[in-house]
Amino acid sequence: MMAAVQTADTYAADYESIAGQLPGFDQLWLQAFRHNGLQVFNQHGFPNTREEEWRYTNLAILNKFRFVPKLTAKPSAGFADAYCLPHARSLMFINGVFSQAHSDLSGLPTGVKLLPLHQALQQNPGLLQSYLGKAVDDGLHSLIAFNNAWFTDGLVVEIAENCQLDKPLQILHVVTETEALAATRNILVLGKNAKAEIIETFLGSTPNYFTAVVNECFLDNHAELTWHKIQLEAENAAHFGGTYLKQADNSRFTHHQFSLGGLLARNDIHTDLQTAAECFLYGVYLGENRQHLDHHTRINHLKPQGKSREYYKGVLGGRARGVFQGRVIVSEQAQQTDSEMQNRNLLLSVDAEVDTKPQLEIYADDVKCSHGVTVGQLEEKSVFYLQSRGLDEVSAKNVLTFAFANEMVEKLENPQLKALLLQQLLIRFPTIKL
Amino acid sequence: MLSIKDLHVSIGDKAIIKGLNLEIQAGQVHAIMGPNGAGKSTLSHVLSGKPGYNVTGGSVTYMGRDLLAMPAEIRAREGVFLAFQYPVEIPGVSNIYLLKAALNAGRNHHGLPELDAMDFLTLVKDKVKLLQMDEKFLYRAVNEGFSGGEKKRNEILQAAILEPKLCILDETDSGLDIDALRIVSDGVNSLRSAQRSFLMITHYQRLLDYVVPDEVHVLADGRIVKSGGPELALELEDKGYNWLEGQAA
Repeated sequence: MMAAVQTADTYAADYESIAGQLPGFDQLWLQAFRHNGLQVFNQHGFPNTREEEWRYTNLAILNKFRFVPKLTAKPSAGFADAYCLPHARSLMFINGVFSQAHSDLSGLPTGVKLLPLHQALQQNPGLLQSYLGKAVDDGLHSLIAFNNAWFTDGLVVEIAENCQLDKPLQILHVVTETEALAATRNILVLGKNAKAEIIETFLGSTPNYFTAVVNECFLDNHAELTWHKIQLEAENAAHFGGTYLKQADNSRFTHHQFSLGGLLARNDIHTDLQTAAECFLYGVYLGENRQHLDHHTRINHLKPQGKSREYYKGVLGGRARGVFQGRVIVSEQAQQTDSEMQNRNLLLSVDAEVDTKPQLEIYADDVKCSHGVTVGQLEEKSVFYLQSRGLDEVSAKNVLTFAFANEMVEKLENPQLKALLLQQLLIRFPTIKL
Repeated sequence: MLSIKDLHVSIGDKAIIKGLNLEIQAGQVHAIMGPNGAGKSTLSHVLSGKPGYNVTGGSVTYMGRDLLAMPAEIRAREGVFLAFQYPVEIPGVSNIYLLKAALNAGRNHHGLPELDAMDFLTLVKDKVKLLQMDEKFLYRAVNEGFSGGEKKRNEILQAAILEPKLCILDETDSGLDIDALRIVSDGVNSLRSAQRSFLMITHYQRLLDYVVPDEVHVLADGRIVKSGGPELALELEDKGYNWLEGQAA
């Protein structure tokens, strides 16, 4: 506890000097919101392994460095261009600050409002006030409180009833400054029948930094949101990314996660499902060396006829550690819930580790729920099949491991994104020649 | 082509093959028949290099070389092909990827350049037609969700592309309906040549109506107990295996 308090003190001392530069400092309601966050964080420090939902993830690295917002850093992020998908609308944050020069806000379709958070606070503070902190609050864990206090910018996306984005929205979070804290807060509001596709991409060009992103999404009836999270943080980066949703009746949320980068990465997805709402969560994590990749999901079936599917795969080599904690809660009212959860892991070395914990909490009696977990090595019969066709053992295993991960890339519908991820996957499997 | 002399194989402590002799000349088609548990599949696995079997005696010479000393992938590159009884499903690896990787592994081994994309595709599409398969099969994951017949056809497609010298068909006829059997048999027949030999392992005589062998052997209790021409298969169909089992003891 001492260490946590010391850390909190350090961050609190830094906060005094930065608070005046944070967006919305002139708005009392937001000041109060940030102040609450700061207080919770100061009391608690970063989450620790004594908390059930942080049991497998030690955030000690956050105490080793002193991450601070770099608000005045010169935006230059040429290396990120290679990751911009040509048919998507790119919006870029550099070190946690929106970069106008790297973003395209022109020619938005009718019914679509898209603003950096610091502008939205000036133009429409009422909207923010009604949504900020409404899909997740600082009682969940202290990283939410931390983000509440520290966020330096973000994006506010509002899509009116029956409207949709003309093309996918690629939100690039790029960090270029060492020991930078890139904390952003994004709000996404989809009206009835509205549709959106988001490609959230995390990149860094410097070794040590901390990305802390919180997304709050509100889906009205029949709204559809497809979200891709492409985590390609730099080698020694720490990452926290949480996406929290409120899904109204018949809405649908699909999430594809690709955890490839960073040293320590924690991902949260929490969703509350109303009647007949659906959520599909897919993910793959590829860890090597000393990477620690944690995936924490919570699907809350609140009302009847909801449907959820969850399928996560992990490939862990070296001394890497993967964590999957999938929690599905079916409340008493949520009859006829249809839920499946699967987590499959491949351990490539004796020092690799995975902690997987599916949790089903069912309080209704008429439901269809299942879960399954596997942890293992490649199947010998598959290795032999490929050897019997002339591939040597190493290549055969390499092909099968690649294929295991590639299944999640194959699920993507966006061809450009698919190509980008295939390329990223092939970096990990240099001997595969497609 | 293939010469098996006094072969003994066991799994763990259990002897499965107990002194098997077999000679196959280039261009010949040999059928091995026999009751369940006679050691038919063990023979095909040992020839293709599957791990888990102990060769406790005897020799296998292939093209003048010690086959048993070669790792499985070298056997494959040297022209030994096993059509699996139960082809393995490999999600995430497309058929076309496997075909290309397999073909190029063989070409590299023989010091040949890899086929360029165009030539490869022409070759593959040609063979797909031969097996009356849909081109879409090429882009599907290997055997994933294939019907029994499709899996067996896919094995023969691989053989057609890899052009092995020795083709071992392990119960390729099992699980096939009559139309699929005909297509697979036509495929096999089209691969027959003076340089290519076949070892067909089968439980039933049915396949031999379509692919007529040069020699038929009966394997019982780990040994070949009777050999003859195609007419032996008909005799077996008529009388069953029981009348031969006494001779194995």
